[in-house]
Amino acid sequence: MAKTTPLIDIHREAGARIVEFAGFMMPVQYSGLVDEHRTIRTSVGLFDVSHMGQIELTGAGAIQAGDRLVTNRVDKLHDGQVLYTPICYPDGGIVDDCLVYRIAADHALFVVNASNVDKDHRWIAEQTGDRCKVVNRSDDYALLALQGPRACDLLASITDDEVRSAPPFTFRRIRVGDIDCIASRTGYTGEDGFEISCAPAQAARLWAALMEAGAAHGIKPCGLGARDTLRLEVRLCLYGNDIDATTTPFEAGLGWTVKLKGEDFIGKEALRTQKKQGVARKLVCLEMRSRGIARHDHPICQPDADGSLGHQVGKVTSGTMSPTLNKAIAMGYVPLDLAEPSTPLVVDVRGKAVAAEVVAGPFYRRPGA
Amino acid sequence: MEFPKDLRYTKDHEWARLRDGVVTVGVTAFAVEQLGDITLVDLPEVDSQAQAGEAFGTIESVKSVSDLFAPVDGKVTAVNDQLEDRPELVNESPYGDGWLVTIEVDGSDLESLLDAAAYTELVAQEQ
Repeated sequence: MAKTTPLIDIHREAGARIVEFAGFMMPVQYSGLVDEHRTIRTSVGLFDVSHMGQIELTGAGAIQAGDRLVTNRVDKLHDGQVLYTPICYPDGGIVDDCLVYRIAADHALFVVNASNVDKDHRWIAEQTGDRCKVVNRSDDYALLALQGPRACDLLASITDDEVRSAPPFTFRRIRVGDIDCIASRTGYTGEDGFEISCAPAQAARLWAALMEAGAAHGIKPCGLGARDTLRLEVRLCLYGNDIDATTTPFEAGLGWTVKLKGEDFIGKEALRTQKKQGVARKLVCLEMRSRGIARHDHPICQPDADGSLGHQVGKVTSGTMSPTLNKAIAMGYVPLDLAEPSTPLVVDVRGKAVAAEVVAGPFYRRPGA
Repeated sequence: MEFPKDLRYTKDHEWARLRDGVVTVGVTAFAVEQLGDITLVDLPEVDSQAQAGEAFGTIESVKSVSDLFAPVDGKVTAVNDQLEDRPELVNESPYGDGWLVTIEVDGSDLESLLDAAAYTELVAQEQ
């Protein structure tokens, strides 16, 4: 029996198409994927992402324990800062990608992908041992993502707490009416915005407050479908598609999150070796140059002289028709010597050879970014 | 959801309209609702032969790809070129500007296809 978020009735009343995802009944779309996508890029949209997981590390050893689990520098965070980082296995493969919040010197919060909550909790608890306390608090958090150029004005209009000056990748406690929230200036869309947590019992009222004040800004509720096209346009990885236990951060273009000069972390030796030897393959951005939409699992091949499908060199990990760019875009792993921008490739789209070209990512950057 | 009474339907959620020996084919509003925003429509070549029940193209949305099936035998006489640049016409006007192809039939009719009432029944059962 699938779980539901506190907002399920709101989604049903709004006419959302609801499907099961990661064990939760979630809204995939309301007004339509393209409409929701474009609304986020031009004004503001609201997502229910309460299905995501929250794992808390508490105790004197919390920050050190958190730092040891990830490739990036949790130990360098101040209270109120957030960090994007992979969690790696000893061989450098990826357990999950997540945001790590430093709440206090003895309190760290990992926000993880919905599809990995139990796996991540087990891994973190096992690897941490008695360095600190590890608790899966996912059921205690509702999470809404308010995203788009109008998100900041909207949030500022319903809280007396200062949010306009909040730097990206910081978070603060705010009150919306009488609802206690944590608002972090983070998101998965490439737009400005806030991810706002509150107690599950308050989630419906928080959603209603945002939607009501948002009407003046053109707000729309947005589903998981739009989330996927938005993140792909800005080259954000999706665990299970672009990254998994068989891919390393270096292969995935996430080398910037791997801090080999910092403290020890799980996977450090393997990643240090890979950095020295170089990767054999890379996750690249592709744009289709002939008619067709590359999708997950489609083979990537070398083009023959006449542009037909040569031998396979890789696979598409994510692909779609980009609503902002109106072209078919994709990501996939290819051998290092085919990873340079302008390299011509062909994708096997259900037997048809679709011409593609490696491009430097991201596909889209918001103005001023 | 109401379906135009002057059209015939297939179990693959396509509609057909016969006029002067030519059948115009499209997908129904129900199909469009299920598919979501249409991003690409792959249609057969003009003058190619269509065979009833056989796949003759594909229709893609952001999230999925579905085959299109010819409702009748015949020669494809026209395809909707507008869909190349504006696949969203299928969403906006599935029975009008979002038509897909026309097929020339030699004297056969659409009696074997579902009428509006039968198609309504089919859709009700799928939901």
